[in-house]
Amino acid sequence: MPVETETLETVQSLTQSGYKWGFETDIEMDLAPKGLNEGIIRLISERKGEPAWLLEWRLKAFAAWQTMREPHWSKAHYPPIDYQDLHYYAAPKRKPGPKSLDEVDPELLKVYEKLGIPLKERAILAGVEGADGSFPNPVAVDAVFDSVSVATTFRKTLEKAGVIFCPISEAVHEVPELVQKYLGSVVPASDNFFAALNSAVFTDGSFVYIPKGVRCPMELSTYFRINARNTGQFERTLIIADDASHVSYLEGCTAPQRDENQLHAAVVELVALDDAQIKYSTVQNWYPGDAEGRGGIYNFVTKRGACRGKRSKISWTQVETGSAITWKYPSCVLQGDDSVGEFYSVAVTNNRQQADTGTKMIHIGRNTSSTIVSKGISAGHSDNTYRGLVRVLPRASGARNFTQCDSLLIGDQCGAHTVPYIESRNATAKVEHEATTSKIADDQLFYCRQRGLSQEDAVGLLVNGFCKDVLKELPMEFAVEAQKLLAVSLEGSVG
Amino acid sequence: MLEIRNLSASVDGAAILNGIDLAVPRGEVHAIMGPNGSGKSTLSYVLSGREDYEVTGGTVLFEGRDLLAMEPEARAAAGLFLAFQYPVELPGVGNANFMRTALNAVRRARGEEELDAVQFLKIARAAVKQLAMPDDMLKRNVNVGFSGGEKKRNEMLQMAILKPKLAILDETDSGLDIDALKIVAEGVNAQRGPDFTALVITHYQRLLDHIVPDRVHVLANGRIVRSGGPELAHELEARGYAGFADAA
Repeated sequence: MPVETETLETVQSLTQSGYKWGFETDIEMDLAPKGLNEGIIRLISERKGEPAWLLEWRLKAFAAWQTMREPHWSKAHYPPIDYQDLHYYAAPKRKPGPKSLDEVDPELLKVYEKLGIPLKERAILAGVEGADGSFPNPVAVDAVFDSVSVATTFRKTLEKAGVIFCPISEAVHEVPELVQKYLGSVVPASDNFFAALNSAVFTDGSFVYIPKGVRCPMELSTYFRINARNTGQFERTLIIADDASHVSYLEGCTAPQRDENQLHAAVVELVALDDAQIKYSTVQNWYPGDAEGRGGIYNFVTKRGACRGKRSKISWTQVETGSAITWKYPSCVLQGDDSVGEFYSVAVTNNRQQADTGTKMIHIGRNTSSTIVSKGISAGHSDNTYRGLVRVLPRASGARNFTQCDSLLIGDQCGAHTVPYIESRNATAKVEHEATTSKIADDQLFYCRQRGLSQEDAVGLLVNGFCKDVLKELPMEFAVEAQKLLAVSLEGSVG
Repeated sequence: MLEIRNLSASVDGAAILNGIDLAVPRGEVHAIMGPNGSGKSTLSYVLSGREDYEVTGGTVLFEGRDLLAMEPEARAAAGLFLAFQYPVELPGVGNANFMRTALNAVRRARGEEELDAVQFLKIARAAVKQLAMPDDMLKRNVNVGFSGGEKKRNEMLQMAILKPKLAILDETDSGLDIDALKIVAEGVNAQRGPDFTALVITHYQRLLDHIVPDRVHVLANGRIVRSGGPELAHELEARGYAGFADAA
């Protein structure tokens, strides 16, 4: 592989043309040269056959990005990122639909197997013709394999309900008016350094539209995966829940072991109109780097939901165990009167991981309420920071917030930090903040071991107990996966 | 079953056990009595493998195996159970989940098949009923918010589910009212039989009215200073420990 990569880079350096076909992993890959400039943005837009307005939007974002500086207010420390040393476009080569799994690239199937995707689902993901039959488990999967959605499943069932669930690159063509109306309406292109970068170069992501009064007939899920070396990942997700609709969206991530740091700067925008509800759940376990902190993903994500409508509700649930650095604040802008924002989070850091994560609850409408439950677990030499903002604006009479921040320390080399910002400009608002810090006590571990549990099982059990309030917010199949993940993430952290 | 030979141990450099010799044959219940600070709890921790308790001499054989060489969880898998004097709270960990995890860990270590939730609940509910406990005992978090008596009863519940070969009861009677004491005693008596061996550690004789021991040993200054039949407990009750401390 190194020889191949070297060859590829040599070829690229010898050619002056803007674009080259390349072979990165064993899967055929469509790879743009390293670096970021207007030409690359035009290339991305052209490759995706985008309308002019979107290219303009990208270029504006790029112009804004060039005037911005990388933020360094979080507690995370990392060497400078060379944004010109990344590939900004990589897409698996499209082939005509295979007739059976035998015709599907075996490397791709291996990836699905590692992700634990059931065989039949794999066939659909790989685009096997006629495989889109009935499923025992109603989970629709839109697989984002290196930036481009390889296939989309369950389209028919969802279409029947009027739900649109497709790659955002397709939505741009199929429902341009919706995309144009809402893209960047929650996270503006110039919102922050990483959001601007994403807006300029995003390659794909998921688009969801739930029409008025529709309860989405299944959980929607996307598997993100980073597979190409040195490929920045810039997913863009947009979910719109129209009046009185309801949707639950699951996002799960895995990544193979890497030597070099990988930048990931996704943007997720949620829009909930009157009486609509969006539940967005994430289990994130990207490669965190080795025990010394080498390698691992940089996860600089902007996630924000707008409760635009009256009595609308947006709920974020996240279990963050991976990444070398996590910089992530899923937020709710509570514009509609009586709207509700929720944030349930478990963030685990081990070894040299750094997590700076939390939420923002912006109360604008009357009688808006928000709940924040954050559980931070630090082990090894890691640092775990909760950073949260609760802001009540003058009009938000009767606003309520309850915040619970708990930190659990494992060992004595790690750090836990809680940084709550509370700004209330309305005298009728009620804001509560509770915080605790605890350790897994030796007598708890001994008690468990005396009953027959290994040290690691004991830690897993105690950590899962600590996180229970958050885990119970996850959809069932995710909760089980998350529990296993917590135990695996903390392996070797005690003793 | 259990053979302790010349066992010495220290905590933070201070010698607490000073050469204990004790043999408990299979199927017998032995009581260890002694004044505060005589080393009763230290003995139970050393036998169950708690860190910070340094064995400075002697051997312990459990069914012929070198107990002191085993990790705490391996001792549990081998059939050793410690009913704690102060049962530990495990916030967020459901009692049923905890006991099933423990039982399955022990079964796995013994090469037995693990139990699924339904199989486990059958066993657990039967044990709850046998110990006359409220049904919600299984749903509550391990010892969290339990009264002193409830915690001790929860230890008996775990013992009933794990069915150990050797149970060490470390002052299980402390802080119990007479009704709770009877329930704990019933928990132990229900297990009694040729395959159940117990070491009942207590300061007072009253528990031994309900769990009648085969042998009574008096521990003072880290040594067994006297052994006898159940009548020895009554003698202690009448005369106190004063004379024994001197004998050591």
